[in-house]
Amino acid sequence: MSRRWIERGFTVFAFAAAGILMAVTMVLTGYLVMKGWNSLGLELVFGTTRPMDALCLRRPVLDGLFPAVAGTFALVALSVSIALPLGIGTGIFMSEFASGALKRMFSLFYDILAGSPSIVVGLFGFSISIFLHRYVSGQLYPCLLISALSLAFLVLPYLIRSTQTALENLPPEVRLTALALGASPVQNLFYVLIPRSLPGILSGVVLSIGRCAEDTAVIMLTGVAASAGLPRSVFGNYEALPFHIYTVSSQYMDSAELATGYGASILLFGVTSSLFLFSFIIKNIATARTAVSGPGL
Amino acid sequence: MKPFFFISAVISACVSVCIVLFMIILGLPLFREGLFFSMLTSPWNPSNGVFGLYPMIIGTLGISSLALVFGFPLSLGTAALISGLAPKPLAAVLRKTVQAMTGIPTVVYGFIGVFLLVPLIRNLAGEGSGMCILSSALLLSVLISPTMILTFSDTFDQVPVKTRMAATALGATPVQTFLWVVLPASKKGLVTGLILGMGRAMGDTLIALMISGNAIAVPDSLFSPARTLTAHIALVIASDFDSPEFKTLFACGLVLYGFTALSTLAVRAIDTVFRSES
Repeated sequence: MSRRWIERGFTVFAFAAAGILMAVTMVLTGYLVMKGWNSLGLELVFGTTRPMDALCLRRPVLDGLFPAVAGTFALVALSVSIALPLGIGTGIFMSEFASGALKRMFSLFYDILAGSPSIVVGLFGFSISIFLHRYVSGQLYPCLLISALSLAFLVLPYLIRSTQTALENLPPEVRLTALALGASPVQNLFYVLIPRSLPGILSGVVLSIGRCAEDTAVIMLTGVAASAGLPRSVFGNYEALPFHIYTVSSQYMDSAELATGYGASILLFGVTSSLFLFSFIIKNIATARTAVSGPGL
Repeated sequence: MKPFFFISAVISACVSVCIVLFMIILGLPLFREGLFFSMLTSPWNPSNGVFGLYPMIIGTLGISSLALVFGFPLSLGTAALISGLAPKPLAAVLRKTVQAMTGIPTVVYGFIGVFLLVPLIRNLAGEGSGMCILSSALLLSVLISPTMILTFSDTFDQVPVKTRMAATALGATPVQTFLWVVLPASKKGLVTGLILGMGRAMGDTLIALMISGNAIAVPDSLFSPARTLTAHIALVIASDFDSPEFKTLFACGLVLYGFTALSTLAVRAIDTVFRSES
């Protein structure tokens, strides 16, 4: 076969591949939106309860997604607040203080953690709860706190890497100016380096929020339940949007319940996509800033 | 301040180590009885007290390699368009769409799969439930494609502009530049992308759990149901704490952890090898 034919064939192949992939993605998302469009609305979340009554916890929502939305919200808030200080602290250490063999070893550990499947991280959370149940208190079972902790472990490597990259990509002028003017390394870190790399760090945080909201495998092993109601304490069970989608797909009773599954899928898809877009915008701001602060600043 | 940062780095590293330690400790009875390695090759036969993971390992490897078979050509073609073959505006749109695809939750893919793909495959097969390795591999290939495409196109973009321009100046068309200049210089990225895609496919739980049928048997055709290691963990966790099935969980976890840790090491090794070459 002559090179020309290979070249022509490859062009056709590339366009076909991209065409197929785009078409499949359109069909998948289009199908979801078409099937679930009608179920969108306040009733999807609040059912027959008045939204204000539900939000003020005056009345329970029995036929809407409100408990699942509240559960996902609590879960994300809790796990991000656990992971944030740890991840950013580690990222700063890796970029500013670590060097040589120690840096290589730590970064290998974080890479392995980043590659661990979420079900394995969930299994780890589950093992922690067995351990606590046996040796600390017989009252402890898989619960919101354990889920949040496991999710925090899951997103930890993302936070570390985005913080580290944001700091390491700062131009040397930015790094050295304050030091040359007599700032201490700690002052330089807090008044110059961290503020300057904030967009990069933030975009990692936003992506982690998305990961926490969508992950299903971790929470199935660590305390999510199908009809737990609103989360009452960090030691109790809770509902969550992704788990609701999973349970509906496997054991829906009627078309109304199926409709909540479509609705929940669109809702979750919407939330993760907007978080994704948001993180993308922040990242663009970050690159624009670095570009402006070229030589001469 | 430095001690605080150091302590957080140590805690983060401990998490990674603790995951494997906890699984080894909780799976210890299996090691003590010398069962661990025989489990990897024996079948699952609870009535005879044999709880082998062989069917699940084959299920995992089968589904994820099949997903790579479907996903690799799609990803290579799309990445080629993004990095050079397509006109700039089209390439930009493609790249944005692919980036946005990484934001689609797995459970949403699974949900759409159950109601859209599974009935299609059921009609195609003409028998069975439609929940089979073909369905889950097809859907997984869509899930892992963005990972591969972005890795591939990043590598293609790393080929120096000077090299590309030299090819263009010699009269090469975009497709010639890509096929005979960019592609041969990107072997490392292609292998890395494949490993990352494989890792993503093996580590995914929800798609396999929702649409692969979950039968514990070694699959013998594209249309037979199978259970993956990840789905097995999710399904068994609900059972009794002291049952023998329960102990197999940690063996599953270890095998999965082993696979993914190996692929991380492989990616790093490739990186070092290629860096020392250039």
